[in-house]
Amino acid sequence: MDWTAFLLSLRLAAWTLAILLPVGLLVARALAHARFAGKPLVEAALALPLVLPPTVLGYYLLVAFGGESALGRLYETAFGRPLVFTFQGLLLASVIFNLPFAIQPIQRAFEAIAPEIREAAECCGLKPWRIFWRIELPLAWPGLVTALVLSFAHTLGEFGVVLMVGGSIPGETRTVAIAIYDRVQGFDHAAAGMMSVVLLAISLGAISIAYFGGARGGGRDV
Amino acid sequence: MSEREPGLRVRLRNPAPIALDMELACAPGEVAALVGPSGSGKSSVLRAIAGLWRPAAGEVRCGGELWYSREAGVCLPPRVRRIGMVFQHYALFPHLCAQDNIIEALGELPRARRAARARELLDRVRLAGLELRRPAQLSGGQQQRVAVARALARDPKALLLDEPFSAVDRGTRERLYQELAQLRRALDMPVVLVTHDLEEALLLADRITILHHGRSLQSGAPHEVLAHPADVTVARLVGLKNIFSGELVEHRAGRSLVRCWGRVLEARLQPEFAPGARLSWVIPPEGVILHRRERASRGERENPVSGVVASAVMLGGNVAIRLALDAPGELPLAFSVPIHVARRNGIAPGAAIRVSLLAEHIHLMPEG
Repeated sequence: MDWTAFLLSLRLAAWTLAILLPVGLLVARALAHARFAGKPLVEAALALPLVLPPTVLGYYLLVAFGGESALGRLYETAFGRPLVFTFQGLLLASVIFNLPFAIQPIQRAFEAIAPEIREAAECCGLKPWRIFWRIELPLAWPGLVTALVLSFAHTLGEFGVVLMVGGSIPGETRTVAIAIYDRVQGFDHAAAGMMSVVLLAISLGAISIAYFGGARGGGRDV
Repeated sequence: MSEREPGLRVRLRNPAPIALDMELACAPGEVAALVGPSGSGKSSVLRAIAGLWRPAAGEVRCGGELWYSREAGVCLPPRVRRIGMVFQHYALFPHLCAQDNIIEALGELPRARRAARARELLDRVRLAGLELRRPAQLSGGQQQRVAVARALARDPKALLLDEPFSAVDRGTRERLYQELAQLRRALDMPVVLVTHDLEEALLLADRITILHHGRSLQSGAPHEVLAHPADVTVARLVGLKNIFSGELVEHRAGRSLVRCWGRVLEARLQPEFAPGARLSWVIPPEGVILHRRERASRGERENPVSGVVASAVMLGGNVAIRLALDAPGELPLAFSVPIHVARRNGIAPGAAIRVSLLAEHIHLMPEG
């Protein structure tokens, strides 16, 4: 059992959620309310990680983060270290490939709130921030839980993108999914099996939370 | 109504697809009903008053404050306008109990006093004991009462009701009419009621405005609009059936004489129509008086008309009669009499009868 890889995966998942939650809320709510010509294109671009082969996405991220790219150079100048093959690069990639998993459930949840509910809140004298906090967020809560769970489980399990952008540096970029692959390559089936079971249990637990949350949310008159 | 005067004054213009060209005035304590078929723009007017929609031109004033003026570039957001709005489907916050729904609207009150005030308001709409129920656990009528209580929570400067009775069954609706009629006596703000149901408007409103394709066709006291519709469109919209056309002959002895059905009828004096003018006229059912079989009755000499009963249908305690007139090619005349009168006079399909059209009830309109 590679505990270092396991902890690294948890750390990556935690940071990913911490960044994705505000970003996802902001983008999802904006998309739920916005009406503009290029909206389907934006939505399609955000959904790309769902359909793109992870190696293809990983390749583009590798190019985009690399020393040849503007982003890569900017990061290196600012922090004195490269973005690729580091935890920070991995985190950025993780946030990007999780965008659809976070945004889509939250967006659907906001879209499901009847416009009159918002309007009623305005007519009740609520300020925009309070409408968001007291009315919209509680109503969108099941979508938010789904988004967090999906992103969490997906981060633990992602393989292709991680390998392309991060490689397999112990303690820096070797996540549990990569560690399993390494162990299988090294014919250490016992360790690979152990880690797989742990990952399976965590994924099942997380998904169950989403379904239980969904069932409870569905019981409410939303 | 001058600019300083209290009350609500609305003037709105907007091009298609939400075509509007209308005006509305409502004094404090008055209930103004905006009546029209669906798609006539009623709800858009209400949304514009609330600040939820901005028409292309116009002005909304309430209690001497300018809420909206496209020309002056003024547009207060809904939360600043202080309106109480009851939505068609109530739009209660589904995740909050009845009491919390109201507390949300009490934001200006000190936090400690909100719960007590919310319970007071729920008590006022007879929902004491149901404070902690969520909307899904309340009946349609109870939800409507929570919505009314929530709308009143801010001490609004105007109360806006968007088809508030359309989502409840008939029995509940009649009880809610009574309650609203009682409640409104205690309110000193302008109340605008949007409805497609004329009966509802007649029951609850002091003034009605007829809206059709976004245009306000006529405003006035309900009985006034019903008795004297401005034109044929209004007459049809308020459900009047006896609409005929004719030609003005002359004005004589306090009456206007109208040629119709190859004869001359006496009508209420309306000197605004010139002799020779083509016109339409209408008579409400209560202006049609049945002649008794055996002896003369009131108004026997007034515009006597004969015909054959085309149909006689019992409706409540009355019989609705359609009378095919002896004049060929004319639509039947509709009126009703109490059941016992119908029996005594042998009213049945095929029976030949005579009626009088009371001159004071004949209302002339531009030809339409």
